[in-house]
Amino acid sequence: MNLAGQIVTGFGVAFLFLGSLGVFRLPDVYNRLQAGTKCTTLGAFCTIIGVGIMEPAWFWKALIIALFILATNPISSHALGRASRKGGVPLWEGSVADMSGEYYGEE
Amino acid sequence: MGIILAFLVVVGIAVVLCLLRMMMGPTASDRAVAVDTMATVTTALLVLLGFFFKRYVYLDVSLVYAVLTFIGTVAIARYLEKGI
Repeated sequence: MNLAGQIVTGFGVAFLFLGSLGVFRLPDVYNRLQAGTKCTTLGAFCTIIGVGIMEPAWFWKALIIALFILATNPISSHALGRASRKGGVPLWEGSVADMSGEYYGEE
Repeated sequence: MGIILAFLVVVGIAVVLCLLRMMMGPTASDRAVAVDTMATVTTALLVLLGFFFKRYVYLDVSLVYAVLTFIGTVAIARYLEKGI
């Protein structure tokens, strides 16, 4: 039980570190938003579930926290991306496509 | 316990990377994205700290922190989109 929890927690911690590295390194807002949302959602989920596996008395409250993160993190990142796009933050010059203009009444 | 300490150090480095992006981000949206990422990382970090110190109350702190940062991020996004 202890080794399984440590493996799951280590997987989650690796994803948390990679997501933060993506936020630090990638070139514009939308790429950073992708790294900072997907990686940290999976990383936080696996970390909290791993702690719940290592300490079985804490499992249900850890599951509640993990499900809350899984439900609300995509909502907040979608709100941030939509606000950036409508607020006129420019894309990186290496970006090849922007399909969102037709939804906002442009073009 | 040694491996849990190593996990805590790695998550601390992740928080520092988000903090650097928050300080040097060119626009306000960059800073908001960095704060959102840092809030999620901190939620997981509080649960790990609770396991490291064997304190059950850290899970409650983590849950309240997750709720408050979600509300704060949505409020910041609404401000960036329309103004106050």
